[in-house]
Amino acid sequence: MPRDSGPATTPAILLEGLTKRYGAETVVADVNLDIAPGEFLTLLGPSGSGKTTTLSMLAGFVLPDAGRVVLAGRDVSKAPPRARGLGMVFQNYAIFPHLDVFENVAFPLRVQRKPQKEVETRVWDALQMVKLTGFEKRYARQLSGGQQQRVALARAIVAHPPVVLMDEPLGALDKNLRYHMQVEIKEIQRRLGTTMVYVTHDQEEALTMSDRIAIMNHGRIAQLGPPREVYEKPENAFVARFLGEANLLAAKPAAGGAVTAKGAPLEAGSGALGAEGGFLFVRPEKVTLSAGAAPAGPNRLSGTIRHASFLGNVVRYAVELGEPEPLLVDAANAAGAAIFGPGETVTASWDAGDCRLLAG
Amino acid sequence: MPLGRLGALLLLAPTLLLMLLIFVGPIGWFLSAALGELGSLSEIWEEAVATLGSRTILAAILNTNWIAFLVTLVVLALGYPLAYALTRAKGLAFTAILVCILLPYFTSVIVRTYAWMVLLGRNGLINQALLGLGVIQQPLELMYNRTGVIIGMTYVLLPYMILTLYSAMKAVDPRLLQAAEGMGASPFEVFRKVFFPLTLHGVVAGALIVFILGVGFFITPALMGGPGDIMIAMLIEREIELTQNWPVAALMTLVLLAVTLSLYAVYHRFSAERPGLAA
Repeated sequence: MPRDSGPATTPAILLEGLTKRYGAETVVADVNLDIAPGEFLTLLGPSGSGKTTTLSMLAGFVLPDAGRVVLAGRDVSKAPPRARGLGMVFQNYAIFPHLDVFENVAFPLRVQRKPQKEVETRVWDALQMVKLTGFEKRYARQLSGGQQQRVALARAIVAHPPVVLMDEPLGALDKNLRYHMQVEIKEIQRRLGTTMVYVTHDQEEALTMSDRIAIMNHGRIAQLGPPREVYEKPENAFVARFLGEANLLAAKPAAGGAVTAKGAPLEAGSGALGAEGGFLFVRPEKVTLSAGAAPAGPNRLSGTIRHASFLGNVVRYAVELGEPEPLLVDAANAAGAAIFGPGETVTASWDAGDCRLLAG
Repeated sequence: MPLGRLGALLLLAPTLLLMLLIFVGPIGWFLSAALGELGSLSEIWEEAVATLGSRTILAAILNTNWIAFLVTLVVLALGYPLAYALTRAKGLAFTAILVCILLPYFTSVIVRTYAWMVLLGRNGLINQALLGLGVIQQPLELMYNRTGVIIGMTYVLLPYMILTLYSAMKAVDPRLLQAAEGMGASPFEVFRKVFFPLTLHGVVAGALIVFILGVGFFITPALMGGPGDIMIAMLIEREIELTQNWPVAALMTLVLLAVTLSLYAVYHRFSAERPGLAA
């Protein structure tokens, strides 16, 4: 049923107050999401954060205790999976071992009773899209992990569903292959204009692929936003820590701003401390190191290098500031960059615009 | 700790030795002694043609296979849903079903057969109940005929089918069923296109086991069957005990052995090769 605002703005997926309890434990608590057609949305979170349960409620494998699932304006909260018309890629691929690649990919079309001619064309198209033509007669056990992943992907898109759900689809692949598949999935998604809901616990994957990321923790959405926003402007310590390395310097309110635990002045472009204080958040790569002790000023702290690890394109330093925790600094291994050794006295500094105050 | 070929052979040795001593040896000795009575190979051949050509024996061979086939069908029809229920049952229900299936397994075949006779006889419990309820006017002939043989054999052979099917069903990844459902399959299609094909090897294995055991049945058809339900094992017994015609008994034993072994070969091939499934 189209809403007043017209079909153009009808979200592909609308989750309203979605809640699931198992016994006394609430695994998904009041999740609200509004996903636009063609959007790539990632549910990111540690295991047990409720992301897979949310996806299962979206797919219909799990029925919510409260809340609604609305697909393109149609309330499907109580509908069985088969009535939802979604494509899905499962964590373990779930390739039917008794069917060859062709029949696996054809499965969604077969249950829709499509004529053989159409099945052949569509399966061919799907296999071509995932670059797996020539493998039609193989069985799952004759395929590598990456090839099985492609079969699962082809099967998810073969019926051209408006929405495709993916549950940690790349978890079992090695790093190189994973990166490769990320690019391909993204490309297919753009080409077909599919709305994608992607579940992962890999923050890098989420940042690379998503239009928006919903970071989940304890069954709730901790923050929702585009990759850059959630990475650079986390709203709480959990999000800051979960999305890559983060420095969270204990901070307390002071006249005209905030100071560290040891009283060094801080200045942040955004955010606020709680009444009890909180943290100053700054990413390691936003911090600059220079030789020698610091002249006074906000966001300028002196310290000594405790540890330096050479990571190739980056050198990661742990700088002892006399604060409760050392400061992590990532310095690009750029042309002519100086490399500091342990024990050297340095000044760490960063722009107010690159840091943020967070309540405890 | 890997055992190696020799180690495995050592572990198998006592069983192998025992089987040779109490199974292969006596059969070999019996066959050679019995057939040796006939004299030369050509004489054996003549006797074989005469034996297998005799109406009684031919009828018994056909009967045996037909009864075993019917029993296999009935056992499959009863066993498949039961095995499925077992895969779905949890906790107490699972234990209860399993005990019901296995308990009779531990009771002697003769005891069980007599128990059935009490139930199925003309004045047995079933007929009395049905007569009492007015469902029937005349007692049903449930025993001393084909019906009795099939009921009795089905009961004895059902556990073999259920346990074989259960292990095949338990091995089906439930995520595959969920995936099929998610791709739009109705519950019936999930069964027909995914669950059943994935348990088909269990169906074939169970059917072969039941059939193989069925062709060798002796006590149940002897006690519960009628004059038309002579099975080959009963004839063998009669040739040895009554007519003491060992050569004929030996020839029929060979036939039974050949049927059993060739079916076993099929079973072995089938369980070794499952197309499309991981080894």
